[in-house]
Amino acid sequence: MLQKKNLWWLVAVAAFAAFPLLITNPTYTSIGFFTLIYMACASSWNMFSGYSGYIALGSAVFYGTGAYAMSLISIHANMAPGAAMFWLVPVGGVVAMLIALPFGWIALRVRRHTFVVITIAVFFIFQLGASNFSFTGGTSGLALPFITWDASYYFVPFYFVALGIVIFIAILSAAVRRSRFGLQLLAIRDDEDRALGLGVKVTSVKIVGFTLSAFTVGMCGALYAMEQGQIYPQFVFTPVFDVSIALMTFLGGLGTLTGPLLGALILESSQQWLTISFSNGSLYLILFGALFLIVILFMPQGIVVYVRDRVNKKADLARVASAATSPGSDAVLSGSTPS
Amino acid sequence: MTTLLEAKNISRSFGGLKALNACDLEVEKGSITGLIGPNGSGKTTLFNVITGYVRPDTGTVTFNGEDVTGAEPDKIFAKGIGRTFQLTRIFGRMTVLENMLVATQHDEGWLRSMTRSKSSTADVDNAMEWLDFVGIARLAHLQAGSLSYGQRKLLELAYVLVASPDVILLDEPAGGVNLTLINQIADKIRTLNAQGKTFLIVEHNMEFVMNLCTTVTVMNQGCHLVSGHPTAVRANPLVLDAYLGGGDDEELEEVARG
Repeated sequence: MLQKKNLWWLVAVAAFAAFPLLITNPTYTSIGFFTLIYMACASSWNMFSGYSGYIALGSAVFYGTGAYAMSLISIHANMAPGAAMFWLVPVGGVVAMLIALPFGWIALRVRRHTFVVITIAVFFIFQLGASNFSFTGGTSGLALPFITWDASYYFVPFYFVALGIVIFIAILSAAVRRSRFGLQLLAIRDDEDRALGLGVKVTSVKIVGFTLSAFTVGMCGALYAMEQGQIYPQFVFTPVFDVSIALMTFLGGLGTLTGPLLGALILESSQQWLTISFSNGSLYLILFGALFLIVILFMPQGIVVYVRDRVNKKADLARVASAATSPGSDAVLSGSTPS
Repeated sequence: MTTLLEAKNISRSFGGLKALNACDLEVEKGSITGLIGPNGSGKTTLFNVITGYVRPDTGTVTFNGEDVTGAEPDKIFAKGIGRTFQLTRIFGRMTVLENMLVATQHDEGWLRSMTRSKSSTADVDNAMEWLDFVGIARLAHLQAGSLSYGQRKLLELAYVLVASPDVILLDEPAGGVNLTLINQIADKIRTLNAQGKTFLIVEHNMEFVMNLCTTVTVMNQGCHLVSGHPTAVRANPLVLDAYLGGGDDEELEEVARG
């Protein structure tokens, strides 16, 4: 069964890898690129917020930080425009982590709802800062070394780097889910005080999880800046980003591995496609509204959980029934004493 | 016998309410100590102070000769003081086995603890043994949220035991549980006690306390009232006053006179 599951992952990766080679129209490659960026960001957001239950609405801080790190370093180091700039993508991720550490240290002192508010506040501080400091270029933003690849394949290298990032975060999320660290994040989601009383160092676990999730988002921001060639504070520090990745994860299934990937795939690709096809920037909002209404009404835990429950329901019911009918299910207290 | 756990001169106020007022408590090594008292006498607050959930205004908590006053709950647990809650608290969206694995303790560096697999064979075997001990091993792979109330109580006991603490604080282990299960929980406590575990138990079920405990401490209005053998404590007039409201005698007489 596990092997079959792994096979599906391989098929999915192969399909994504084949996409820009089969459909060479740059319009669709660009849709693919943005979709992958959002898949990576939603997945990374889910690795902390989905697992721990701490809904962060300030991830654009990391996205913007990664974008500005890419821009400032490439400009000030006088880098030659081209593939060498890809090396700055992980650097953008590291810079985002350096920002995330003090951000998390402050924001994670408070619980749940207050945490959400603090993350939003920190986000606006960064947005204001980027619009007003001179080293960030203020509201006119920054222009990166201009890459002159041919328009017919311009998006392809970016697409494959983004795909690499998605594979990275999917493997990382799976590894965290299987680790003791991931178990502790889940315990914090269910009952933080109880976890604390069972020896879980909740504060450090939360800060490490928060910081770790900033890395991939920072990388995506850096890649975005490189692809655009020009960044503006209102586009890299945008509240729409914060809300989007959260909604994508909710749609797919909060706290699941495939949920955020699926949610981002559905939402981002359809948004891009609708915007391009109907040259109407807000049509997608109406359709999204309808979609979310359906999800909230009929599958509030997201698509993945809904489908999984349907599949597992019979097996689970059988298991519960057999456990309940075995003699003295509640009060059987037999068994040896472990030494 | 030596004192394993000692709380001395503990005071704690919440606003104007003095929940604990210079309270003392001693738990002897190897004992099953009962902690009783009327509702609101500060038993659970004392538990919270001992386990690090509430910081005392004054006073010290000593465990194994070491001052542990005001230490964080995770450190207290690592030192060997485990507790359950009055209203059972489990991780509802995780499996029963995962609940057990959360409590498994490893003394190691932070990097190792971050990268360690959640379910090493040794950890799982140990967890399953304790689940078997309390009798819910066959439920290991069910979601903990689907357990019945009694099963939750057993799970809570099991995951405290998995870290093999020296002293276990139980907050109303018999509350809301059927009679058969109460007796079986008492048996488990006796078995563990015979192996050297020390217990401190808050409980309102007097029969449970009197049968099980070797020492009983009574609290009233945030203070230590009396300690001693269960039979001696039961006969103590101070205890009867505390429970039956002796301080209000005059008021009662007034009511009686109409």
